[in-house]
Amino acid sequence: MDKPQKNNTWLFEISSKSNLLDFKFKEIWQYRDLLMLFVRRDVVTLYKQTVLGPLWYLIQPLLTSVIFTLVFNGIADISTGSVNAFLFNLAGITIWNYFAECLKATSDTFKKNENIFGKVYFPRVIMPLSITVSNLLKLAIQLLIFIAFYVYFSLSGDAGTVSIYILWTPVIILIMGMLGLGFGMIISSMVTKYRDLTFLVQFGIQLFMYISAVMYPIAIVKDKLPSYVSWLVEYNPLAHVIESFRYMVFSGAYMKDPTNDFSSVNILAMLVVAFVIFLFGLIIFNRTERNFIDTV
Amino acid sequence: MEEKEVILRVENLSKQYRLGVIGTGTISHDLNRWWHKIRGKEDPYLRIGERNKRASLGKTDYVWAIKDVNFEVRSGEVLGIIGKNGAGKSTLLKILSKVTMPTTGIIRSKGRIASLLEVGTGFHPELTGKENIFLNGAILGMTKAEIKTKFDEIVEFAGVQRYVNTPVKRYSSGMKVRLAFAVAAHLEPEILVVDEVLAVGDAEFQKKAIGKMQDIAKGEGRTVLFVSHDMDAIQKLTQRTVVLSDGEVLFDGDTEKAIQAYLNQGLDTKPYCEWEDMDTAPGNDFGRLKSAAVRNEKGDLCNRFSVRDDIYVEVSYWDLNTEYNNTAIIHVVNERGQRLFASNEFNAPDWLDFHNKEKGIVTATCKIPRHLLAEGQFNLLIAVGNYNPEIIHAIEDNLLSFEVFDDTTGDGVRGPYAGKWPGIMRPMLAWNIKKEPLDSK
Repeated sequence: MDKPQKNNTWLFEISSKSNLLDFKFKEIWQYRDLLMLFVRRDVVTLYKQTVLGPLWYLIQPLLTSVIFTLVFNGIADISTGSVNAFLFNLAGITIWNYFAECLKATSDTFKKNENIFGKVYFPRVIMPLSITVSNLLKLAIQLLIFIAFYVYFSLSGDAGTVSIYILWTPVIILIMGMLGLGFGMIISSMVTKYRDLTFLVQFGIQLFMYISAVMYPIAIVKDKLPSYVSWLVEYNPLAHVIESFRYMVFSGAYMKDPTNDFSSVNILAMLVVAFVIFLFGLIIFNRTERNFIDTV
Repeated sequence: MEEKEVILRVENLSKQYRLGVIGTGTISHDLNRWWHKIRGKEDPYLRIGERNKRASLGKTDYVWAIKDVNFEVRSGEVLGIIGKNGAGKSTLLKILSKVTMPTTGIIRSKGRIASLLEVGTGFHPELTGKENIFLNGAILGMTKAEIKTKFDEIVEFAGVQRYVNTPVKRYSSGMKVRLAFAVAAHLEPEILVVDEVLAVGDAEFQKKAIGKMQDIAKGEGRTVLFVSHDMDAIQKLTQRTVVLSDGEVLFDGDTEKAIQAYLNQGLDTKPYCEWEDMDTAPGNDFGRLKSAAVRNEKGDLCNRFSVRDDIYVEVSYWDLNTEYNNTAIIHVVNERGQRLFASNEFNAPDWLDFHNKEKGIVTATCKIPRHLLAEGQFNLLIAVGNYNPEIIHAIEDNLLSFEVFDDTTGDGVRGPYAGKWPGIMRPMLAWNIKKEPLDSK
């Protein structure tokens, strides 16, 4: 369309066309205060009118870990070497939980916030971002509990030794956050059109956990399962991230063959994978936010 | 007033919706769309679609909620947007506030747009008033620092000083609305979009809100788009108004005229109406309407009068009443639906001469004198009935309509004054004048 007076001073335009790779980072930065306020809101209101309050942060991973220890190590007899089985499971669950919580909470972003999204504009991605950030607090509390148990078990020599690679922990958390956010954004975009996905998410996450090496070392899978099944674990990025974390804290003391060294390249590769999934999720999310209010 | 620069321009804006359920068929349409797109062809579903008429059944599932809407807003202007339900107001606002995207067309803006579509958006019931002010302000696009500097002002404007540290779930609904409006009114966007907020809150707060909106527009030079069904609020706040009808711009201009255009929608302006068949004409066995007409002095049908013209309303009916004396009744209603006055045939001194309990066709003419009605459009209710006992035999609302204009030639009520003249009536009244010399003491 030709304009009689092509005026370059317009601040912005609203039209149906947009750049696929326009991530609007500048705009997100402008709304950073909102991000922090959402985080604050989530934290403050989560346990209002509950009896145990933030204790729920602790009860859930501890109980899960106890059950896993009974089932997988007690009944199924999975070996965790010189590392206490409970501690071994707690390590996996703590890291896994961060991913699962981020994914679960972000996957219904559009549906849950339909009301507010239908009234006011702000970069929608602020919502899932704030969830990922506020879950960090939960992760921090759970990590503290893990450290407490770690210290306790290391007194009796059941915890292996901490390796220098522990410094990679922030990267591990970043990878888990990006994966949870990326998958969450993809699913939340699809849920606006196909509601069935909500049901899939619930038990999908559960199934996914079993192939993510949360309660067993990856090496065991290779030993015990035929290759047409074990690839599910071997090529699962989450399994590798969790395995790496465990290697970092236990120095591989749970393995039969601890020389199987920690691989920085492996982690960097996971980081790239996570980043790609995150970007992909962001693109889909940005496409959806433009018109979702018409379909939701 | 000097011409300010255009701050917002809406060009050929259209939005298409698909009616019915999203489910089967969605994917096939999506695929078809995608297939056309990769071959570089136009979206096949954009060619179809109809104007958005709610009441009539359409042929396709696709409708244009708004279609080719164009208008401009200048900096500091308060623009009203009115239209019937389903005219496309909400869709337009949603696009303006970036909640949803247009199908085609473009909006260009030189300022930030903040919307106040429905108050209390994003209030969290568990959080206190203070926390919600910050949260809501941030949702609307303010930074924390901005809110901090305005915080006291907001609390004072909302009048909730005592409740600042109480969770919002304990607020009355009125308090919530006031708090929400206060936050939004203290926003600093260049363009503020307001939808129907004034419908809530008590009279005092409404007054405050309207005052604040005027301040925003006049004092602070910000631009306001104001959407409402409340004609009084529209008139108080805006000089210019856009009327939407079935997704298209029906009128864009002076608010006074826009309100007329809005109110006249769907009304036929016709000075004449007749029923040929007595058996099917409106009425009953005691009286049926035959015809009604608006005529000028010469007796010609007319639907446009000067304020200086006498207006003749002629009602003709089959008088079948052999028990009581029938009378023709007219009501004059202005374009805002205000009933100005009613008049009855029985005011004629010779009325009883024609109502001697014999059947016949009565034609009664009422003269509405010059210098009585104001400018505008008027609708007539025509009825036939009898009093004592009170029975209406035939009644037709909005049957006829006519227009009155004032061409300010100097001999009317307003004299040579060409500006707006207040009042819903414009009677020429008698004045009595006295004057005494100054030094009479």
